[in-house]
Amino acid sequence: MTDQPAFSPDPAGPRLPEPFLRWFAERGWAPRAHQLDLLALAQGGASVLLIAPTGAGKTLAGFLPSLVDLALRGKRRPGEAQRGVHTLYISPLKALAVDIERNLTKPVEGIGLPVTMETRTGDTPAHKRQRQKLSPPDILLTTPEQLALLIASKDAARFFSGLRYVVLDELHSLVTSKRGHLLSLGLARLRALVPGLQSIGLSATVAEPDALRRWLVPQNPPGAMADLITVAGGAKPQISILESRERVPWAGHSARHAMPEVYEEIRKHKTTLLFVNTRSQAELLFQELWRINEDNLPIALHHGSLDVAQRRRVEKAMESNALRAIVATSTLDLGIDWGDVDLVVHVGAPKGASRLAQRIGRSNHRMDEPSKAILVPANRFEVMECRAAIEANYLGAQDTPPLLDGALDVLAQHVLGCACAEPFAADALYDEVRTAAPYALLDREIFDRIVQFVATGGYALKTYERYARIRQTKEGLWRVSHPRVAQQYRLNVGTIIEAPMLNVRYVRSGRGSAGGRGGAVLGKVEEYFLETLAPGDTFMFSGRVLRFEGIRESEAFVSNAAGTDAMVPSYAGGKFPLSTYLAEQVRAMLADPARWQALPDQVSDWLRLQRDVSALPKRDQLLVETFPRGQRFYMVAYPFEGRLAHQTLGMLLTRRLERAGARPLGFVASDYALAIWGLSDMGAMATSGAAPLAALFDEDMLGDDLDAWLAESWLLKRTFRNCAVIAGLIEKRYPGQEKTGRQVTVSADLIYDVLRSHEPDHILMQATRADAATGLLDVARLSDMLSRIKGRIRHKALDRISPLAVPIMLEIGKESVNGETSDMLLAEVADELIEEAAGQR
Amino acid sequence: MTIATRIEGGAAYVSVAGEAALCDPAGALFLPAHGLLVVSDLHLEKGAAFARRGVMMPPYDTAATLDRLARVVEAYDPAAVISLGDSFHDVVGARHMPEPFRQRLGAIMSGRDWFWIVGNHDPEPPAGLPGRTVSEIAVGNLLFRHEPAARACDGEVAGHLHPGARIVRRGRSVRRPCFATDGRRLVMPAFGALTGVLNVRDRAFLRLFEWNAFRAYMLGTGKVYPVDGKMLSPG
Repeated sequence: MTDQPAFSPDPAGPRLPEPFLRWFAERGWAPRAHQLDLLALAQGGASVLLIAPTGAGKTLAGFLPSLVDLALRGKRRPGEAQRGVHTLYISPLKALAVDIERNLTKPVEGIGLPVTMETRTGDTPAHKRQRQKLSPPDILLTTPEQLALLIASKDAARFFSGLRYVVLDELHSLVTSKRGHLLSLGLARLRALVPGLQSIGLSATVAEPDALRRWLVPQNPPGAMADLITVAGGAKPQISILESRERVPWAGHSARHAMPEVYEEIRKHKTTLLFVNTRSQAELLFQELWRINEDNLPIALHHGSLDVAQRRRVEKAMESNALRAIVATSTLDLGIDWGDVDLVVHVGAPKGASRLAQRIGRSNHRMDEPSKAILVPANRFEVMECRAAIEANYLGAQDTPPLLDGALDVLAQHVLGCACAEPFAADALYDEVRTAAPYALLDREIFDRIVQFVATGGYALKTYERYARIRQTKEGLWRVSHPRVAQQYRLNVGTIIEAPMLNVRYVRSGRGSAGGRGGAVLGKVEEYFLETLAPGDTFMFSGRVLRFEGIRESEAFVSNAAGTDAMVPSYAGGKFPLSTYLAEQVRAMLADPARWQALPDQVSDWLRLQRDVSALPKRDQLLVETFPRGQRFYMVAYPFEGRLAHQTLGMLLTRRLERAGARPLGFVASDYALAIWGLSDMGAMATSGAAPLAALFDEDMLGDDLDAWLAESWLLKRTFRNCAVIAGLIEKRYPGQEKTGRQVTVSADLIYDVLRSHEPDHILMQATRADAATGLLDVARLSDMLSRIKGRIRHKALDRISPLAVPIMLEIGKESVNGETSDMLLAEVADELIEEAAGQR
Repeated sequence: MTIATRIEGGAAYVSVAGEAALCDPAGALFLPAHGLLVVSDLHLEKGAAFARRGVMMPPYDTAATLDRLARVVEAYDPAAVISLGDSFHDVVGARHMPEPFRQRLGAIMSGRDWFWIVGNHDPEPPAGLPGRTVSEIAVGNLLFRHEPAARACDGEVAGHLHPGARIVRRGRSVRRPCFATDGRRLVMPAFGALTGVLNVRDRAFLRLFEWNAFRAYMLGTGKVYPVDGKMLSPG
């Protein structure tokens, strides 16, 4: 057993120097208990996780140990060597780093501390970054990507030699992504450079604090955890569900019906933040609100695709309280406070309870006053989901996605970064990497394959030895073979791979892509959405209705469209699936008629009707209905496991039904249900034993069927592309020339095809399959569901559609099935040509 | 002008400047009257060319391209083969090609007249390989060269542009490499395994064709699909 240093708070209590006490006293404040607790633990040498609600003075608490230490250290005497960075602050958002600098300046100046503080982000000019390296500030505020770059530079060891603390903000949101994996590896590197380094993690409430506590300290011994300080939630938020006088729609996500009532609320409050789940919803509601904005209230729009300049204008206006309402998506999601927001309206289902808590935290940033929020469900299932979310919030139940094992593509990036800094020994780096919590269980064999991948691509066919990017020296150390390699690394660092986007440029109507240079750029839209448009189609963007004129190179040309009806852009980016926790709450609510009282009449009436004509599933049951309609037969299942898992289930079930001779034609998946239609009576097949449901829904579908489907799936190609870019197989950009998304897409698909037929077990293919299983496919969730419902399938063979089936049936035709039928599509077009030639059309 | 479309064994007959030719779904063109097989833009050793620059593409593209080439050569058993330029991805490609690939290629070439047309990626004869290297060659009514001439031009067969076509139906889109022709000239799809495509609606194609007679022969799985120019989407 390894000796674990036992940390204990300083027995004399926290040492808060006199100037600090005076500063608090002058403001009539006292340091809060958790701030002092954290200080005491840190002064005793511990790493600490602080979990506290918004407005609890988290930031000051996190920096107090640093500020005190810096105050005690005193000024640098002339002639004394540069001291290097003392405290590194890392946040997921550039804007947050800037925000924190502003907030910290007040106490630093007020107390009169000799502390320098600077931000370093992708926006920091090169000359300033250069200067920071020569003369580092005491406190450096930065992002995970910038940390990776600093670590990969040759003078990293010197730059960080004086480092005492790392403060990790919004840790709960960092740890769930590949960015978190990159950061965990960076942290492991820092701890290797500075053995006594202490970490302080700041987080909103999470379901599993221990996972975050492990994250903050070296996993040596395995399972080691940081100390924990939890601050109980402040005043309970006042949350209500908008009880619309209008009819709540069966399906859809627009909530258009409720906009007059939302507008009334905006009128009654000083500043309203209106959150929606997708950018297309944001566009639609913004448009809708302005249509009824009789008082000409200043209402603005903010989402990630809009041009940066426009977003900055909105943020400025928000800060100076010049706006009455702002329609926003998750770009405003994290804990940045702007202006005096006194109401948060959430349109559509909140999807995950912790997401809801985060968003409500926006309103009224003072911990002791209750926040006020209104939920606006867009359809009847969302009414139940909102109710469940409210109950979850009151219970303090929070969910964040489970933390995943460290991604291998990120590891490859890190290994190359380490080689760029200085030659490394594989044994030592392997040990270091395993001190990072996400990589604690990494196999040596996998690690070695990653090193091979970094060197020569790691292919079974070894023809690239002479072109290796890193090579072993005589002493066995791995070093970069050419300075160009380090340059390529710097240009490709990071884990955020955006969907390929095209600029949206304004031109005069009818000019098309052939006409002139055009006018202003309105923002960016995902390429795959634009691909589905034909010239003349209209869509909503940047708050107006635009006519699509055409694509030229990396730009889409648009003009003003007449009228206000538009085909709305649908972005995949903003769609979050229903969380496991909320799903369970909704199932429980469905199964318990006593709880329907809390629901509006139109919704509870609907459930009662369903109970009478079909059935409602018990909490652990799966309800499957079959019925004929038109010329077709339908099968509708209600797993409540979220869109991604349902899509995967739909793909697999249609394969099985096909084999059973049910001649399925298609399927559609929502967050709540899945509908499959075909030419044979699937209900009769289930009861006769030709295709029993128990066999159809058996877990074994996750074996061969999944593999066979995955191999061909576009989902896997998209995932592969991301892995290949992160791992450095495909360059994000060349020096001086950024590749357009399309060029990357094409070559990534080609590489995928080549690898799949020649080396399907390549390390990057393994990484891709692992990613797809957890991400786009949600296989883990599907697997849990299938084992839960084993022997608990309730089949209702009906002679017509049931009330519960109406919402999903309305989705049919709205969403196309992304099957593997591209050759069929080609044949169809070619046939039309032949018919035309034969004079049949 | 109308183009008769006849599909045989997955391949489609076209007529270019009066010469009958067969568009094979693998991306090769066969002229039965001359026993001539044409492939374009093989880009052999593209993976290795990237690796030389530190980007470790899978080293399987050359083998895949040679497999495909062996299959079409075996199927048509041509007396002569034209490789229409950019046969290698870079100038040193042929010199550094691993020996097993060189032997494989030699076996495919053996017993046939073989013409390497020079391309922008490979302006010199491929080192250590048989065959004649020329800048262009005329066969019957047709002139074969790597880069298409700037203006509409009768009887030209060229490569270089990697033509691809896209159709959009019911919100879904399919993009495939294609033979691009208006009956007067033809631009070949790229044959190499790691080659991308350029949409025929791109400006680079604008002046090459008589657009009301244009047709794309899109490469499907084992079958060529003729699609009229006006049914194609840009992008």
